[in-house]
Amino acid sequence: MRLELVKRPQRSMLFSMLSPFIAFALTVIAGALMFAFLGVNPATALFTYFISPITEVWQIHELAIKAAPLILIAVGLSVCYRANIWNIGAEGQFVIGAIAGSIIPVLYPEMQGPFVLPMMLLMGMVGGALYAGIPAFLKARFGTNEILTSLMLVYVAQLFLDWMVRGPWRDPKGFNFPQTVQFNSSAVLPEIMPMSGRANWGFLFALIAAVLIWFMMSRMLKGFEVRVLGSSPRAGRFAGFSLNRMVFFAFMVSGALAGLAGISEVSGAIGQLQPSISPGYGFTAIIVAFLGRLNPLGIVAAGLVLGLTYLGGEAAQSVLGISDKVARVFQGMLLFFVLGCDTLIHYRIRLVGLGAPKPQVAAKLEEAR
Amino acid sequence: MDITVNILMTIATAATPLLIAAIGELVVERSGVLNLGVEGMMVMGTIGGFGAAYLTGNPWIGLFAGIALGAIFSLLFAVMTLSLATNQVATGLSLTILGLGLSGMMGTNFVGLPGERLPNLYIPVLTDIPVIGRLLFGQDPIFYMSIVLVIAVAWFLFRTRTGLTLRSIGDSHTSAHALGIQVIRYRYLAVVFGGACAGLAGAHLSLVYTPQWVENMTAGRGWIALALVVFASWRPLRVLAGAYIFGAVWIGQLHAQAFGIPVPSQFLSSLPYLATIVVLVLISRNKRLTMMNTPASLGQPFVPDR
Amino acid sequence: MKKLLIALAATAATLSFAATVQAQEKLKACWVYVGPIGDFGYSYQHDQGRLAVEKQFGDKVETAYLENVAEGPDAERAFERLARQGCKIIFGTSFGFMDAEVKVAAKFPDIKFEHATGYKMGDNLGIYNARFYEGRYVIGQIAAKQSKAGVAGYIVSFPIPEVVMGINAFMLGAQSVNPDFKVKIVWVNSWFDPGKEADAAKALFDQGADIIVQHTDSTAPLQVAQERGLHGFGQASDMITFAPKSQYTAIVDDWGPYYIERIGEVLAGTWKPEDRWEGIKEGAVLMAPYTNLPDDVAAAAKETEAKIAGGWNPFTGPVAKQDGSEWLKDGEVADDKTLLGMNFYVKGVDDKLPQ
Repeated sequence: MRLELVKRPQRSMLFSMLSPFIAFALTVIAGALMFAFLGVNPATALFTYFISPITEVWQIHELAIKAAPLILIAVGLSVCYRANIWNIGAEGQFVIGAIAGSIIPVLYPEMQGPFVLPMMLLMGMVGGALYAGIPAFLKARFGTNEILTSLMLVYVAQLFLDWMVRGPWRDPKGFNFPQTVQFNSSAVLPEIMPMSGRANWGFLFALIAAVLIWFMMSRMLKGFEVRVLGSSPRAGRFAGFSLNRMVFFAFMVSGALAGLAGISEVSGAIGQLQPSISPGYGFTAIIVAFLGRLNPLGIVAAGLVLGLTYLGGEAAQSVLGISDKVARVFQGMLLFFVLGCDTLIHYRIRLVGLGAPKPQVAAKLEEAR
Repeated sequence: MDITVNILMTIATAATPLLIAAIGELVVERSGVLNLGVEGMMVMGTIGGFGAAYLTGNPWIGLFAGIALGAIFSLLFAVMTLSLATNQVATGLSLTILGLGLSGMMGTNFVGLPGERLPNLYIPVLTDIPVIGRLLFGQDPIFYMSIVLVIAVAWFLFRTRTGLTLRSIGDSHTSAHALGIQVIRYRYLAVVFGGACAGLAGAHLSLVYTPQWVENMTAGRGWIALALVVFASWRPLRVLAGAYIFGAVWIGQLHAQAFGIPVPSQFLSSLPYLATIVVLVLISRNKRLTMMNTPASLGQPFVPDR
Repeated sequence: MKKLLIALAATAATLSFAATVQAQEKLKACWVYVGPIGDFGYSYQHDQGRLAVEKQFGDKVETAYLENVAEGPDAERAFERLARQGCKIIFGTSFGFMDAEVKVAAKFPDIKFEHATGYKMGDNLGIYNARFYEGRYVIGQIAAKQSKAGVAGYIVSFPIPEVVMGINAFMLGAQSVNPDFKVKIVWVNSWFDPGKEADAAKALFDQGADIIVQHTDSTAPLQVAQERGLHGFGQASDMITFAPKSQYTAIVDDWGPYYIERIGEVLAGTWKPEDRWEGIKEGAVLMAPYTNLPDDVAAAAKETEAKIAGGWNPFTGPVAKQDGSEWLKDGEVADDKTLLGMNFYVKGVDDKLPQ
């Protein structure tokens, strides 16, 4: 027996809506089996994983903090991927954005006032965009494969950050530990509702970016250009669009958003530069972009779901003693089910027998009785 | 002279896992599939290799277990991307997350146990020849496998009919399908071959490179293998060259530090990555050559029309 | 019959005892680890300490932990989560958790916090660390006695004071035996990458070192030493099973006694935030059994160990800085503050400290 896909004439609205729920149901079943196998009560485990993180206000704030950079980066990446341009190096653009945005609070801590924060955010965006401009330039000028260059530049950026915080930018009063000075209050991204939790404006930026990019992609000529060049570069050329200019545009938009995520994270959630400022947001955001089907609004949902799995994993670890590894496996399962179920939107699945085995099997079963 | 031989042997050990994983991924990508889950399959190979070797006391069994686990794990990717036509980039990344978690779960009881090392080759007389003896006849078995693999893959892709078919699928799955070629079946085999190679590369880490098992012991080598494939513009012999250049820069920066060259170590550590970019730019300036080698339908899902 | 009665009585006694213990509320003690507990190095040793606590207190204490917690925003959430889940004392085990832990500690004044290797304290936040440099002085002496080449290879992670302090103590120990002793240093920019650590060990051996010292967490360098028939020292755990012929000794982080003591204080209600920096004397730093060594060298090492346990500080003058300028006068002892912020080499270290 094998699977056979039959393309639907057009995407199924029904399954667009249903597929996340089917995926969720499958994850719950598979997860229950796994937890039962590990000797943990499946109901408790699943409750801890999916429900408990969103039952408390402080955790909802934490979810916003965790999801904000994922959404911000993924929204930018969706522009690239729609244009068929493969920026894998958002992690590096995130780091460089954080460094560029920190220039004022680290080197000129005496600068204070309401203009500081907007300047920082702007510089973060510029930093990320310029760093993303390197692979864009190499691709446009020499045809160098952008997957590789953007990925390599991630490592370079991380090592550069490491060198900065251990060397030139090290806090002179920090016992020679690798970190910069704490940002002063006018360089810290404010919290949205300080009374109930520590979620900061970064989450609002993510929502705004998602709406803006959604508007651009679906309502503006530029979005049309992205999609045409992405699906058929030849047709794009006939329409007078330049692929090279698109390479720069897509890279710099996604770089700017990754940079904004970087500086928001540093000035909002951390408050200073450290050797490690991202637990792999730039890479996780790639998954978020595809989970959200490259649609900015879908990405908002996907970012929240993925953020939830991180929080749920921690809750399961600390409450039930389920190891970090199990949480990771569970997260992987969820991703596989979601991706697999999305197939239903474009295709019908048929099970096809090889030869005519079915009647035979049935006959054998009859015999057995 | 001895130090030169030692350094060359060290480079070979560092390059071998990269080379094997990359050559496997090269075949996968030549068939038009982009599997970004190399790191995940490789880490499964580390636990398969170590676990089986430890439980049986025989590192050779470990070697095969590593290959098998990598191959089985890649089947998951194959079912998703080939049978269900999911997005290859996202599926590959998810595969890595799953692999890191699963290997950690499986390996909980193996932490802190010394492993069985796969012994180096020793042929009396031949291995004892000064200088070239050890280089040619005194390496670990997986080193020889890696060289054989490169030659075999190069021969297969460019000298056999099946290889030609595989490449034609990578260039245009629709025309290959129109010619009656079983696109999906070929791709399944390619993906599983890539998984087996990644598994072997992982087994090299836990059986030769550092005979032990710890979580995440691949430490990003799967990503470098992926980069090498593009770096080599999908040519097997260039993968060989690339892996060794990368290994040489990697080992070279450690030696430079031990010599006391006063350059920040972060800069030295980033050299291999910068070198990769520079070489890549130099290669890709010859546009026609790169275009010719790039599998045109790389990363695009294929569903046969009926 | 008599036996049976005794047995019954004993069972009844244990049952009633168990019942009273259950009636008491368990104290919840929690840990946040920066790495996976399966690293067989730093986080592994802290987790061994946690297990020692469970063993010691049995039913009176329950424990929980979060592993693989990234330094940065994830850390603050980890502490907040544990604090809200009823943990009464929380140990943060990595320097990079410092500011996160400070923030959360201020929010939860009734919960006790302890932070390893940091320097910020609070009303409910204590700090703790171990004087690993004491062990490094001991292995410096051993290295200088055992090395034929007079050169050791030293694999290091990141240039933080803790690591620099270790290099300096090692050199002072070595110089006390052989004033011309040399050390070659390689920074691998990682706490944990077995492959890279093995490569670094090979590079150092190839360049003439015959003893390997590491301030990274994996057992790979010792395995390389074993393969080459050379020697080295274990780090964080006793790594003898990985290199039975090559390990001279290891500097073992034994956090168990400290955790047991502090949790005992919480149970007794006597816990206070403290700045605890303990070493060989208190048992926080253990030297693994001396193996593969001539008797006189092992005896001398034990003597040094005893001297340090008696209160002598390896950083006792005269000590000159790398450029030859005086750091400690004859008989002067370095103060803890200088040590904790150390960012210079002592004389004889042939390396430029990454700045």
